[in-house]
Amino acid sequence: MCHAIPAKVVALRDDGMAEVELEGVIKEASLDLLDGVELGDYVILHVGYALAKLDPDEAQKTLKLFAEMGAAALAEGAVA
Amino acid sequence: MKYVEEFRDAELAKGLSAAIKAEAEPERIYKFMEFCGGHTHALARYGVEDLLPNNVKMIHGPGCPVCVLPVGRVDEAVALATQHDVILCTYADLMRVPGTKYESLIKARSKGADVRMVYSTMDALKIAQDNPEREVVFFAIGFETTTPPTAVAIKQAQKLGLKNFSVYCNHVLTPAAMRAILGAHTPEGAPNVVLDGFVGPAHVSAVIGTQPYEEFTTDYKKPVVIAGFEPLDVMQSILQLIRQANDGRADVENEYARAVTPEGNVKAQALVDEVFEVRDEFSWRGLGSVPLSALKIRSEFSEFNAELRFRVEVPSPKENKLCECGPILRGEKNPVDCALFGTSCTPDNPMGACMVSSEGACAAHWTYGRFRTELELEESA
Ligand code: SF4
Repeated sequence: MCHAIPAKVVALRDDGMAEVELEGVIKEASLDLLDGVELGDYVILHVGYALAKLDPDEAQKTLKLFAEMGAAALAEGAVA
Repeated sequence: MKYVEEFRDAELAKGLSAAIKAEAEPERIYKFMEFCGGHTHALARYGVEDLLPNNVKMIHGPGCPVCVLPVGRVDEAVALATQHDVILCTYADLMRVPGTKYESLIKARSKGADVRMVYSTMDALKIAQDNPEREVVFFAIGFETTTPPTAVAIKQAQKLGLKNFSVYCNHVLTPAAMRAILGAHTPEGAPNVVLDGFVGPAHVSAVIGTQPYEEFTTDYKKPVVIAGFEPLDVMQSILQLIRQANDGRADVENEYARAVTPEGNVKAQALVDEVFEVRDEFSWRGLGSVPLSALKIRSEFSEFNAELRFRVEVPSPKENKLCECGPILRGEKNPVDCALFGTSCTPDNPMGACMVSSEGACAAHWTYGRFRTELELEESA
C-alpha cells in the first residue's frame, strides 16, 4: 500500500504530467505535488504521484557511510 | 534499478551487520519499533533480522494503513457499496480486508456491488467523468503519503465541477499513532511496550519532514532514525539507534537524506491543509480511539464528503475474537502467537487485516519468516 519506488523522469508533458521509467516500463506520474522536476531526475513515485525528488549527492553519501561503517567493523573483527 | 540495487548490496550488508554486532552491548537488550509496514516488509523479505544479534529485537508497529483500519469502517464501505448504487473505487489491498462476518469489498463485488480497484486517485476521477449518471465514491485510506493525492483529487473535482464524485476519508496521522503507542499503559501504570527507539517512516517523512518527530525525543526521550525502505537503510538506521541508546541520547536522525528534508514536501502539506482538518478522534484497529489522529474533509469541500452525502446503516462492528491483530499492531505479540496464523488465516484467505497487505506483520511473516521461526524452534529444542 505504501509501496513507493524511485523512477526516472524521461519526459515532461504540458498537462502537468511526466513520463517516468520504472524497471524498463514507462508510466505516467502526476507532478501536482512536486515543483521543479526536471528531465533525468529521479522521483519517488507513489500511487501515481511524484512525492519527492531523490538527491543524488545524499544517496552517494549514504552509500559511502555504509561502506565506511562496515569496513571499520570488519577490519576490527579481523584484528580481534 | 538505480537507487534500489545499491541499497541491497550483500557485501555492504555484511559490513553493517558486523558493525551492529560490534556496537550492540551484549549485556543489554535493545528493542526498536519500525513504525512503517514498508520496513516490516523489508526486514522480513531480506532476512535482516537474521543479520542482527539476538539481543537486538525489532517490534513491528502499526504503520500499515490497511491493518489499522477498524472493522467498522470496512463495514461502512461495504454498506456504501451495497446499500447505494455507487461505484466504489479503492486501492487493491483494501478490497480483501475482512469486516464483520468476513464481509469484504471483494465479497460485496461478487454479490453484485460495483467495486473497482484503482491505482491512483486520478483513475477514480476518470471513472467519475466517464460515468456522469452514477455516483462515484473513492474509499481513501493511508498515512501522510497517500493523503496529498486525495487532496489533489478533491481540488480537481471542484475545478472540473464534478457533481458525482466524493471521498470516504480514512486518512490517518503518523505522529498521533506513535504518541498512542508510547502513551499506552497497563492498568498498573507500566508502559505496554518498552521501546529503545523508532525506525522512523520513510515516505511519510518525505512529506512531513523530520521536524514532527522532535517531540518524541524531547517529551518521551526516544530516538527516532528516519530510514529508507531498502535493507541497508534499515540496517544503518538500527546501527544509529544502537549508538544513540549506548550514548543515552535521543535525537531525530535522518538516514534517508536522499529523499527526506527537515521541512518535507511543503507543497503537499499546504494542499492537505487546505482540503482537510484534524478529527477530534478516530478509531484504529489495535489502538482503539486515538485523539487528533485522523483527517476529515473541511466544510468548504463538503459536497465531496461521502460521509455527509450517503447515510449507511451498519450493525455494530464485530472483530474476530481469535484474531490477534490488535496486540500485534501494538507491538505486544507476534504473528505466531495467533491461533489462526497459517491455519485458517493465510494471505489467500485473510481472517484479519494484518494478513492482507504484504506490509502487514502476519503477511510478512507468512511469506518470508515462517521457516526462520521453525529453524529457531528446532535450534532451541
Ligand atoms: S494470523 Fe490472521 S487472524 Fe491472526 S492476528 Fe494475524 S491477521 Fe489476525
